[in-house]
Amino acid sequence: MLKVNNIDVYYGAIHAIKGISIQVAKGEIVTLVGSNGAGKSTTLRTISGLLKPKSGTILFEDNRIDGSAAHKIVGMGLCQVPEGRRVFSNMTVMENLELGAYLRTDKDEISRDFEDVFRKFPRLAERKFQVAGTLSGGEQQMLAMGRALMSKPRLLLLDEPSMGLAPLLVKEIFYIIQEINESGTTVLLVEQNANMALSIADKAYVLETGRIALAGTAKELASSEAVRKAYLGG
Amino acid sequence: MNNIRKRDIMSLIGCFALYVVMQLMIMFEIIGPFWELNIVLIGINIILSVSLNLINGYTGQFSIGHAGFLAVGAYTGAIVTVKLGLPFELALIVGTICAGALGFLIGLPTLRLQGDYLAIATLGLGEIIRICILNIEYVGGASGLMGIPRHTNFAWVFLVGVIVIFFIKNFVNSAPGRACLAIRENEIAAETMGIDTTKYKVMAFTLGAAFAGTAGVLFSHYFYIAHPASFTFMRSFDILTMVVLGGLGSMSGAITGAVLLTGISAFLAEYPEWRMVIYSITLIVLMLYRPQGLFGNKELSLKMFKLGGGNNGRTAEGK
Repeated sequence: MLKVNNIDVYYGAIHAIKGISIQVAKGEIVTLVGSNGAGKSTTLRTISGLLKPKSGTILFEDNRIDGSAAHKIVGMGLCQVPEGRRVFSNMTVMENLELGAYLRTDKDEISRDFEDVFRKFPRLAERKFQVAGTLSGGEQQMLAMGRALMSKPRLLLLDEPSMGLAPLLVKEIFYIIQEINESGTTVLLVEQNANMALSIADKAYVLETGRIALAGTAKELASSEAVRKAYLGG
Repeated sequence: MNNIRKRDIMSLIGCFALYVVMQLMIMFEIIGPFWELNIVLIGINIILSVSLNLINGYTGQFSIGHAGFLAVGAYTGAIVTVKLGLPFELALIVGTICAGALGFLIGLPTLRLQGDYLAIATLGLGEIIRICILNIEYVGGASGLMGIPRHTNFAWVFLVGVIVIFFIKNFVNSAPGRACLAIRENEIAAETMGIDTTKYKVMAFTLGAAFAGTAGVLFSHYFYIAHPASFTFMRSFDILTMVVLGGLGSMSGAITGAVLLTGISAFLAEYPEWRMVIYSITLIVLMLYRPQGLFGNKELSLKMFKLGGGNNGRTAEGK
């Protein structure tokens, strides 16, 4: 579904991503784990079009998307939940979700998807008309995910959904990610919380200073000695 | 939907009633020539602040070059009537289009900048426009373009003002307007929602510039003259102050700001030495006690006075 071939990304003179290749098949949950500054978020932002790779190609459902503008990529069915949630904080929950459906015109289906999002996130339904900036961190994360789902993506990119959340909420968020995946959306997940990420993912890549250090099924990596030492605390 | 239409019609009727009352008062000279002049000026300032509010308030792009577009409208409008001898209505259209076109050309490169950088770029552009005009002999250079017939009157200003206000109000409630609001709230999030941020920023900037041009045509055809000194960056700041005072992102705020500040200037016309003092004290007090402006980003409505604010059902009524 998604094929990233050997991309290089620079921030000015800094070589942030050095020849990364990733493959995501339909229906999978794939995760990128690694420490701070490894290039996880950069990779994700490059895929969603917020950054442009200097070389290499990105194919989404066999169309080249590297170099396309971010808003066009969303229209193709690939949506990112940006890091740090980034909800529209002066708008209500409902208005946030409506903006998620910005590119869609199928009114009936949109209202069905509202129901669907509210079923997945009952907390949001309770707070429909509350201003998003006044939600708690976890609720904002749910809103950001719900908003992304409103664009009806076939591939959902999640950038550190567990960041700054209480452990109980992290569990809930990961449970919802699995649920989203089961209803047919492919997920590419970037996480610092490697333990949680590996427990729900099918496939995983370990990034280190802009390179892929290890790749394999999530089970393999979770039990591999090197990964346990570096990321899972022994 | 019907609800909104009904409210639109109600406010249009309200506008018409206000117009009739004001016009009668002018006709029977209850409002003297001094206040008539200031009322026209208030009207022009309302158009300016509402159009700047579209750029600064709703789209969140901090522009302080509005006087430049005002100048473009004033001069191109005057060229149409004075130099080419064509009717005033045409001048209004040409002034609007020229200022809009310039806004589009300037907006394309500069709207890639953010925050302070955009402010500096637009400030510079406003000055560039003024200096250019200053050096064009065809439009009178430093002595200004004189002998412009007075076509603007209260009726014209009122009509154009109402059209601009309704246009911007409906724009903000449309899909492109929602995109602008999303850009203001969070540009990256807007982009990841599939909104073409550059397109909507340029769209808002162009519309704002175009309406500033309309105001310019009205301006030069009221005061008989278009002079470069009327379009310095101080003029841009005046307009910006009105928007900020009223509250960024509030239509009622922009209108109130324009009425209030132009009114204060007029009231204090007899005490010129106190004018700037009181003007600045007003602003300082406001920034200390109400930094979000008089209205914040809310609109004037009866709901505002109800307990708990009128936020509930904001979306529901938009359906």
